[in-house]
Amino acid sequence: MAREDTYLQVRGHLARLTDEQLEARFWELAQQVVDPMVELARTHTSPSIERSVLMRMGVDSPTCMAVVGECEKRGLLGHGCGHVVWYYAQQTGQAAPEAARKLAAGEGWDVVEAKWGGAR
Amino acid sequence: MKDPVARPGGATAAVGMAPLDPNEKLDVEALLRDLEDYRPRRKGWHWREQVPDQKLHKFTYKETSKGLERSIPLPAAHYFGDIDPQPDCVVTTEIASGRFEDDIRRMRMAAWHGADHMMVIRTAGQSHMDGLLEGTPEGVGGIAVTRKQVRATRKALDLIEDEVGRPINFHSYVSGVAGPEMAVMFAEEGVNGAHQDPQYNVLYRNINMYRSFVDAAVAKHVMASVRMAQIDGAHNANATAVEAWNVMPELLVQHAINCRYSVSVGMPADDICLSTVPPDAAPAPCMRMDLPYAVALRDLFGDYKMRAQENTRYMEADGRDATVSHVMNLMISRLTSADIQSTITPDEGRNVPWHYNNVAAVNTAKQSLVGMDGLREMVKLDREAPELRDKVREIKERAVLFLEAMLKDGGYFAAVEQAYFVDSGIYPETHDDGIARKSDGGVAVGTIVPRADDYLAPVCHHFGENHLPEGYDAEGGPAAGEAARGLHKPCDLIGGCTLCDADRVPFIDELDPEDNVGVRLAQTAELREKHLIKPEVEWAADGWVVVTLFLPAAPRVAEFAALEFGKAMNLHDCEVVNKQVMHPAEGTLIEMKGRLDVVVDPARLVIPPEPVVMKDAEIKEFVTAHKLKCVAATVGEDEHSVGMREIIDIKHGGLEKWGFSCEYLGTSVPVEKVLDAAIEHAAQIVLISTIITHGDMHRNNMEKLADLAVEKGVRDKLILISGGTQVTDELARGWGMDAGFGRGTKGINVASFVVETLRERGV
Repeated sequence: MAREDTYLQVRGHLARLTDEQLEARFWELAQQVVDPMVELARTHTSPSIERSVLMRMGVDSPTCMAVVGECEKRGLLGHGCGHVVWYYAQQTGQAAPEAARKLAAGEGWDVVEAKWGGAR
Repeated sequence: MKDPVARPGGATAAVGMAPLDPNEKLDVEALLRDLEDYRPRRKGWHWREQVPDQKLHKFTYKETSKGLERSIPLPAAHYFGDIDPQPDCVVTTEIASGRFEDDIRRMRMAAWHGADHMMVIRTAGQSHMDGLLEGTPEGVGGIAVTRKQVRATRKALDLIEDEVGRPINFHSYVSGVAGPEMAVMFAEEGVNGAHQDPQYNVLYRNINMYRSFVDAAVAKHVMASVRMAQIDGAHNANATAVEAWNVMPELLVQHAINCRYSVSVGMPADDICLSTVPPDAAPAPCMRMDLPYAVALRDLFGDYKMRAQENTRYMEADGRDATVSHVMNLMISRLTSADIQSTITPDEGRNVPWHYNNVAAVNTAKQSLVGMDGLREMVKLDREAPELRDKVREIKERAVLFLEAMLKDGGYFAAVEQAYFVDSGIYPETHDDGIARKSDGGVAVGTIVPRADDYLAPVCHHFGENHLPEGYDAEGGPAAGEAARGLHKPCDLIGGCTLCDADRVPFIDELDPEDNVGVRLAQTAELREKHLIKPEVEWAADGWVVVTLFLPAAPRVAEFAALEFGKAMNLHDCEVVNKQVMHPAEGTLIEMKGRLDVVVDPARLVIPPEPVVMKDAEIKEFVTAHKLKCVAATVGEDEHSVGMREIIDIKHGGLEKWGFSCEYLGTSVPVEKVLDAAIEHAAQIVLISTIITHGDMHRNNMEKLADLAVEKGVRDKLILISGGTQVTDELARGWGMDAGFGRGTKGINVASFVVETLRERGV
């Protein structure tokens, strides 16, 4: 909806602020805008985030894609795909990149299922 | 070979490559060998080392940094001891050809002119790819940013920075759907800076807003772990809005959201750069409109860095027009501040940037910044001038009103749904033309999930909830602080992560057997092997050239006439890239590009040796010792005198400068008279100028002068020299002269020749 420039009508409460006070208010409001978004990010994850975890575990990008895709299908993203790979690697005594390759090839999901339940 | 090779002076060379030789081309094939063994030798951003009150030549500079070991100075530098002062701020060049193997050659050229921030644009569409690409596919309007391309480029930049003697920052984009992965890959590969701004994804790429912000937190946190510099995306608002000057309040809000969000997820304010562009351009009174904004921005964001970008919103195809706009933008940088000065190539309004336009833009920045060095010590903004003071205040108040309304209307996500952003009204005015996005829409909608109570990521520098076992520090990694002392790091669970141990980074070479750098290089291999030359502007051997034509015709007629001329010049794919009306009927200036499918073999060229130029003192000494005299005249029926004056007058740096005594006889002088005067004055040198060539007049005069000198028995005592626009040394010697000098000749060339010749004659 278009609106005329109401600047002069609505600025009254800002007019009495000093420059320093105005700038402080600017930053206080900016922080209020971002706080809930930071909280959203702190408590959520995404396929790209999980692939970035697997990458840091030494897994190559096509394998990251396959493992995270399968975790997504099975509703496991919320536990962390790095968690899934690490758990499977521990259970089978393999290094993480090797464990991820197995999972990408469709092996080992029974071990994962035993811990977190089956596919949705 | 995994370890970097030690080099003298403490620097390290890239794996397996000798240092670059300034006289040799960069060997791209060699660069691509053993890439799997390459490790970045440093991480994080490099700021230039400031040198206060730097003395260079006869000047003292106030705003310059440490100089380069090798560089190409500005054109006029030869008047000033060949100095090449480097401004205080980092200078950016943006490269986007689609082939990294050609981009790195361009980076080397740009570095020699003073660029130390290489910003690589991504191929169209990559921001919508949910995952990473691998290999070296060709891009459109940028490269596919992959590990191999990034690694090869960083390796090349290691060599280039050693060659020029200053660290070079490599930069690309951590935006799009795959931000966290891109951030990890960049952190692993030693990329020094990146664009990261979730608002950009939301507004311009229609990526789901929740996904964008959730991903951004992880991406920023990883970037911070290696102290990558971050540049935001706010400037896109004034590149998009219909009336760019009205988005100023919103720009402050966008910058603030990205800054506070970044700091809140762990990025140091020092690494956060605001991408800011003066929103306006002439014929608007742009500097008076843009300065209050630049001031308001720097008032509010003093804790952050300024990356000053140049205006593209009002950029047309005329390179001169673009350059003038950019110089005015640079003046704003100098009157306020800039930590990074970005440059836009003057051809961006007409095509993807070409090699030499990157260099042109870098030089525009260097020239302007150095030329305005220390200006603020004499010229200051008058902060109390009513217009400036009131506008600065007004922009800040409008931004605060914007934030207040956003919060009242439900916060950021709700505000985006209500089209708060990129509206062309000056807030609180709205024109109802902003960009609206739905929270339940966009690319990758519905892909974020809550982290469960047992969410765990066994890696370092991971943002957000992470339920690690007791005794583990959630941050970990090389950049973990004091709090982590005595605790395990997350990646101890898996024996190490790629951020702690570079040898764990997997390397994929190529996935596509057709679309890769090897196939592309094979197409131009013959040219490289045989050292053949073909014109190029973007890619090796692309053949593009530009011709400039003034055609005495109306614009549309001129455009089609130009295409005919292009055909006649044997150019293919001709296209008019710029036309400017000089007068509706009298004529049009046309710039036309076309492809020239011709190669030149330099081995077959006959290149005359470069004339030897002597030192001033050496010439002076010889001239004084031998009391050299010359007689000079324009011969025949020829009234041209300017050229000869340039060669002999002291004012023009002519022969008199070194002490030659010169007898100038004037114009239209008969050859006989010239020779008589030479004998009378006992001159050693005879200079004749001959411009008119009708009926071989220049030839006749030269032959006549030589014959007469022989007849009179003085040929051996004289040096006979002729000059003129149509004269060449070869022609003149063929017609009996000792030398001929053509267009572009300076007094020094003639003086050097005279001294040299007399020495050869045993004088």
